[in-house]
Amino acid sequence: MLLLSLALVSPSPGAPLSSQRQSQLLHLLKQDCGACHGMTRKGGLGPPLTAHALNDKPTDSLVATILYGRPGTAMPPWQAFVTEAEALWLIQWISNESGNDPPVSR
Amino acid sequence: MNRAMIRQYLVNWLGPRSGRPALSADNLNPLEHGRYSPYLVAALLGITLLAGCATTDHSQATGDLGVIVERADGAVQIVERSRHRSLATISGLGDLSHASVVFSHDARFAYVFGRDGGLTKLDLLERRIAKRVIQAGNSIGGAISQDGRLVVAQNYEPGGIRVFDADSLETLATIPAVTATGQPSKVVGLADLPGNRFAYALFEGGEIWVADLSQPRAPRITKFPAGLQPYDGLVSSEGRHYIAGLFGEDGLALLDTWYPERGTQRILPDYGKGTAKLPVYKMPHLRGWALTSSRAFLPAIGRHQVLVANRQDWREIGRIPVLGQPVFAMVEPSQRRVWVNFAFPDNDKVQVIDTDTLQPIATLLPGKAILHMEFSARGDEAWLSARDSNEVVVFDTNTLQTIARLPARSPSGIFFTWRAHRIGM
Repeated sequence: MLLLSLALVSPSPGAPLSSQRQSQLLHLLKQDCGACHGMTRKGGLGPPLTAHALNDKPTDSLVATILYGRPGTAMPPWQAFVTEAEALWLIQWISNESGNDPPVSR
Repeated sequence: MNRAMIRQYLVNWLGPRSGRPALSADNLNPLEHGRYSPYLVAALLGITLLAGCATTDHSQATGDLGVIVERADGAVQIVERSRHRSLATISGLGDLSHASVVFSHDARFAYVFGRDGGLTKLDLLERRIAKRVIQAGNSIGGAISQDGRLVVAQNYEPGGIRVFDADSLETLATIPAVTATGQPSKVVGLADLPGNRFAYALFEGGEIWVADLSQPRAPRITKFPAGLQPYDGLVSSEGRHYIAGLFGEDGLALLDTWYPERGTQRILPDYGKGTAKLPVYKMPHLRGWALTSSRAFLPAIGRHQVLVANRQDWREIGRIPVLGQPVFAMVEPSQRRVWVNFAFPDNDKVQVIDTDTLQPIATLLPGKAILHMEFSARGDEAWLSARDSNEVVVFDTNTLQTIARLPARSPSGIFFTWRAHRIGM
C-alpha cells in the first residue's frame, strides 16, 4: 500500500532535485513551516513534524496536506511554491532520516 | 567615596567630553582614549582602585538597551540602541523560534520566553543568564504584571498559563486552559491588565479568559465567549480594551475590561476569515502598538489589507490595500505612521502608511525575510530584523533612510527596554 501511495504521488522520472533546491526547501521547512510547527518541528500552532510524528501517516495524505492545506485549520496550501515531487522529497527527508530530528539545546 | 561621588568628581574635573551628553561608563577608562596626561591617568586609576571597581561596570543605565533574538542559534544579543552596537551575545536559551521578551520594571532583566518552554531571566547589566527554568513543553510568550512581581507564560503544550515570581522564577500558580468539553487548549494573546490581571484567549476553546492574580496563589478566572480559533490578542495602552483576533470566523472579539459584565462584542463583523480565501502563510500579530488615540490598525487575515477602525465605536472606517498579508501593523510612537510587514512570500517588503490620510507613503526593501520591527521609545528610529539577510537594519523614521546595519544570525524579535513601562507589552 505504501508503495502504491508512493507511486501515485511520485513525480515522473526526471532530474532529481538540485542541491540548491534541496537547501531552499530545507530552509523553507525550518523557517516558514517553522512559524507554526516550530523551528525544530516539535510543534506549535501546528502539530509536530518529526520523523516520529509522521511515521504512521500515509505519505500521499501528507503530500496532499502540503500542496492543498487542511481546510478548517491554519494549514495553508503550498502548491504555489512547492511541487508534488518537492513535497514528497521533504516528507521523505523528515521520515527516512531520524537523524534529521534537530537536537534541542537547553 | 561611593561611585556616584567619584563620577561627579570626574565630571567636575574633566567636564563632559564633546559630543557626549555626560560621562559614561566606557569613557571612564582613560587608557583607552589616550587623551589624558599620565599624571591624570595615574590619579584616575588610583581612584578607580580605591573604589574597588570590578571588571563589570554595573552602573550602566539600561534605558537605552534592548535584545535581539537570534532564533536559529538559541541566542540573544544585548544591544545599545542609540549607538547601534551589540554589547554581548548570550547563548544557551534553547529553541527561540517565536520567542518573545518582557522586561522587569527596573529594566535590568529581560525575561525570554522560548518555544521549548524555556523561561530565561537575562541580566542586561552583567550580560549573563541570571535564572532559567523549563516551564512547559511548548510555549510562545508571556507578560509581566502591573506591579512587576509576576511573570506569566502562555503555553501551547500542555496549554494554559503559569505564574512565576519575577525575582526567583518560583512557580506560584499553574492554570490549565480547557475547552467546554474539557480538552486542553493552546493559549494565545496573553496580555497584562491593570490590577495584576491578565487576559488571554484559548485557540481551541474559543474563549477569552481574564485571570485576576492579585492573590497569585489563589487565581480567580472569568470566562467570556470569543469566537472560532482566536489566534492572538492585544490590550490597549491604557489597559482597558482587550481584542482577540479570530482565525476561524469573521471579525474580532472585544472585551471592555472596565465593564466586563457587558461581555464581549464582535467588532469588524463583516470582515475576516469567513469570506477571505487567500492562504495565510503566517499568522498576524496583535499588540497595543496597533492603536492610535483615535484609530485601530489591524492586520487582515487572508487579505492584502490593513483594517482601520474608529476607537470610539469600533466601527470600520477603512481598509488599506497593501502589498501582501500583513503580519505586524505597528504605529510609530508619534502615531503619524504605521509600518506594516508581510507574510511569506512578500516578506521582503515593508510599507509605511500615513495614519491620517490612510495612504501608503513608502515601500521599503530592507532585506530578506523581515520578521519583526521595533521603534525606539520616542520613535526616531525603526529597527527591522532581516532574518535571511542575517542583519538588523535601522531606519531613520523621519527620512526613511537606512542609518545602520547590525550583523545578527537569523534575527527575529527585537525588544527595547521601554516595554518595561508599558501596559500590555
